[in-house]
Amino acid sequence: MDKVQKLASENGVMIFSKSTCCLCYAVSILFRELGVNPYVHELDHDSDGKEMDKALTKMGCNPSVPAVFIGGKLIGSTNEIMSLHLKGSLVQLLNPYMSV
Amino acid sequence: MNSSTYTQFVASKRMGICDPIHQIGMWGDFKDSSFPDTEEPSHGTVGTSNRYEPETNKRIEKVHRRLAQNREAARKSRLRKKAYVQQLESSKLKLLQLEQELDRARQQGLYVGGGLDASQIGCSGTANSGITTFEMEYGHWVEEQDRQTDELRSALLSQIGEIELPILVEGCLNHYFDLFRLKATAANTDVLYLMSGTWKTSAERLFFWIGGFRPSELLKVLTPHMEPLTEQQGRDVHNLTQSCQQAEDALSQGMVKLHQILVEAVAAGTLGDGIILPQMAATIEKLEALVRFVNQADHLRQETLLQMSCILTPQQSAQGLLALGEYFKRLRALSSLWSGRPSEPT
Repeated sequence: MDKVQKLASENGVMIFSKSTCCLCYAVSILFRELGVNPYVHELDHDSDGKEMDKALTKMGCNPSVPAVFIGGKLIGSTNEIMSLHLKGSLVQLLNPYMSV
Repeated sequence: MNSSTYTQFVASKRMGICDPIHQIGMWGDFKDSSFPDTEEPSHGTVGTSNRYEPETNKRIEKVHRRLAQNREAARKSRLRKKAYVQQLESSKLKLLQLEQELDRARQQGLYVGGGLDASQIGCSGTANSGITTFEMEYGHWVEEQDRQTDELRSALLSQIGEIELPILVEGCLNHYFDLFRLKATAANTDVLYLMSGTWKTSAERLFFWIGGFRPSELLKVLTPHMEPLTEQQGRDVHNLTQSCQQAEDALSQGMVKLHQILVEAVAAGTLGDGIILPQMAATIEKLEALVRFVNQADHLRQETLLQMSCILTPQQSAQGLLALGEYFKRLRALSSLWSGRPSEPT
């Protein structure tokens, strides 16, 4: 969906979230811990939220939130982020966007 | 006193009414009383006493005495009846309380089987059977884990071949992954049960973190028991430990937020509302967010085990898994010892 892709490409590190989703909150905490300031977009505060939700699912993000984009590319949801981090690959991906 | 009345009396004595044995009997007895008016004051049946007829006086006195005794006996019997009824009422309450406790225990899966059917108590049959199944399967899982731990020990002692050891290691890892699959099903059935940790032993519950063991602690348990690590391995293990702790912290903070949301949801509502169904339904939805957290924590456990097996040689992995198996065995043994310890005199 255009809006999803547009927002993702505008921001280096992007998390699509819902304000009630505590797992989304956990992911944003992890990113901040790693020295990154992600742009968090709450779908439930967006009038197009439902469409964006469906679009994320179509793009292969399951569950739809949290949906993490780095450099405009969909990385995945919590499972993918955690796996990457334990392998040590997440930090490499986030490197360009880290605020010292 | 006939025999049935005697039995009634003995029964009432067991109920706690402490009547001395020599007293006459149950209140029902006095239906058979031969005296026409046991309770009413005499109204001239006997007449006023006549001083000038001593024998009549004696008889009159005797009658008065007998009437007084009857009144006294009737009074006492009324008191006993009252005490008996009160005893019945409190026993009824106690029975209700016990039924509720039993209900709760069955919900938690602590009391399995017995004569009562789940439907009689009125709790959800499917949730209960799902938990019962999980407990049974977990029991089998523990037995198998102990067996595999023993197998690892003898394999390392006997120094089996290079092909067999990796197969053993893979089998052990898959066994852990089986547990996470079991837990995923149980989480969908009753996440509160899973998170309470009642299915684990008491010592294991000390170290409980979101439905299971803390992955970073696992690494601390494994590392001392392995053959010395190479420099590269040392760095990799260090990085893995750090990443694990960061992930755990993030999840823990997410749990804190969920906790706050749940507290607010239960506390919401204006005074005097009582329990409102729509509000309860929303709260139950929020409880289901716990399922995602338990699944995420298990995913973290699984990934930690996988990554360790990638960093280590099969020999080291086997040593680590042996240490882990023995660690859990020791925790379970500690729980047994703890629950069996003699209670101190007060």
